[in-house]
Amino acid sequence: MKETKEYTLYNDTVMDHFLNPRNMGDVQEADGVGEVGAAACGDIMKISLKIRDGKIEDARFKTFGCGSAIASSSMATELIKGRTLEEAKNFSNQEVVDALGGLPPVKIHCSVLAEEALKAAIEDYEAKQAPKTAAA
Amino acid sequence: MDKRFVYLDHQATTPVLEEALQAMLPYFREAYGSPSSLHRFGLQVREGLKEAREKIARMINAESEEDLIFTSGGTESSNLAIKGFADANHRKGNHLVISAIEHPSVMNSVEYLTKHGFEVTQVPVDAVGRINPEDVRAAITDKTILVAVHLVNHDIGTIQPVKEIAKITAEKGIALYADALAAAGWMPIDVQDLGVQLLSFSPHRFYGPKGIGVLYRNRKARVTSHIHGGVQENGRRAGTENVPAIIGAGVAAEIAVRDLSKRVEHVAALQKRLYEGLWKHIEYIKLNGPEPGPLRVCNTLNLSTEFIEGEGQLLLLDYQGIAVASGSSCVSKSLKVSHVLSAIKLDHALAQGNIIMSLGKDNTVEDVDYVLDTFPKIVHKLRNMSPMWKEFEEGVIDSVIKPTGRGKSFTEHAAAVSGKAAH
Ligand code: FES
Repeated sequence: MKETKEYTLYNDTVMDHFLNPRNMGDVQEADGVGEVGAAACGDIMKISLKIRDGKIEDARFKTFGCGSAIASSSMATELIKGRTLEEAKNFSNQEVVDALGGLPPVKIHCSVLAEEALKAAIEDYEAKQAPKTAAA
Repeated sequence: MDKRFVYLDHQATTPVLEEALQAMLPYFREAYGSPSSLHRFGLQVREGLKEAREKIARMINAESEEDLIFTSGGTESSNLAIKGFADANHRKGNHLVISAIEHPSVMNSVEYLTKHGFEVTQVPVDAVGRINPEDVRAAITDKTILVAVHLVNHDIGTIQPVKEIAKITAEKGIALYADALAAAGWMPIDVQDLGVQLLSFSPHRFYGPKGIGVLYRNRKARVTSHIHGGVQENGRRAGTENVPAIIGAGVAAEIAVRDLSKRVEHVAALQKRLYEGLWKHIEYIKLNGPEPGPLRVCNTLNLSTEFIEGEGQLLLLDYQGIAVASGSSCVSKSLKVSHVLSAIKLDHALAQGNIIMSLGKDNTVEDVDYVLDTFPKIVHKLRNMSPMWKEFEEGVIDSVIKPTGRGKSFTEHAAAVSGKAAH
């Protein structure tokens, strides 16, 4: 038995992203914003993106959800920065889970929320682009 | 304030009293005989068990110590009370009445019975979780054999009108089982005054050891044994007794009686300080269950902090050394909010932000002040991280606790973004 204070619910990587989340906040004048809810538990995640030359220049998140959801959104925004839109569209929650060093089975859906929020943000960006391209 | 460790989960379990531990130790290696044996090793232990049984009987003012059955814990006690009683009395009827906010060991035992020919009526509770005795009366049919209600709710701390319900069951000639899991050790319990025929509790909730539960069952209530084997516990619960645990439980019961008023006074003062402090320092926070006072058990606060989720609060509190519980869906393995919070019709957004703090005799004013210093910062941090807080400030969604009249409800908003109604 280790000392009481050495025990944490999640592994060190998850705890680190939960306690010191990266990219927390809203991108100012975002090019795309996605807000999604988890049907399973009722939590909500929002990802906003700055996109330049077909690449994700900045990504930020806000999350109303559990520790895994916060850590997942922190990790997802870290991973996605610098990727092209095409790459981002293939982004999968498994990448988040792996980068976090694993999540408990019951918490996998929280990482799915990060994937969905990202994709919703890209869709939002593309929907906003469509009229501009049509007009040009 | 300096970081410290503050255990605020006494409704989950408590540490074993030094006196109880010391009393238990000889029963592991010196007095190790089986109480069923006829030699002096056995007789020695039998005497210890008898004394423990008497102490526990005194704690609840049982007519006789013969009315106590020792089990493996509170859960087994509720299972035995409900299934054992139903089994023994099924010829008289097949209907049970319970409240909607019973402990899972009661809810699930009853659900099991419904798959075996029994029917159940769940009596609703009001917004603070109180059962109305008249609802119990209305639920009773000529097929009803048992009413089961808890003394104190394990989640929201509501004290139930068990004595009034007992008048109704007595009038109708029906047995009453009271689950005293969250009450024992924190308020006086007198089975004769209450008028219950069955009552159960678990000594690890009041500084006794784990692995031991108690079921009180008086002569008017027959239960059929569910663990078959030898004739321990007068044939009502087979298996060699968990002797050290029973000895420890006896000591914990004796001290619980001796120190009850001192403990209650101490803990109730901390509860008040915590409650007033939290409400002073945090906005958009709601108490679930009754206000501290005669309708609420002295040691718990169940609160919902709006715009943030409970697991995050729990983890950040834990990181700061403060141990609490939560009824949020994210915390439960089933991803459902606690059935108690659903039964008091708490808005889903508030159920998500749920935290339960339960105090104990060893908590201090300094502990409470540390929580009052730490928790508001955690709420602030999580609200900054929550999309709901900003959307509330911008008038997109409204507060449930203090509605401004601007924006839609969180629940509508959550349903819109998840494409599914919140449960
Ligand atoms: S977001 Fe609810 S369980 Fe993770």
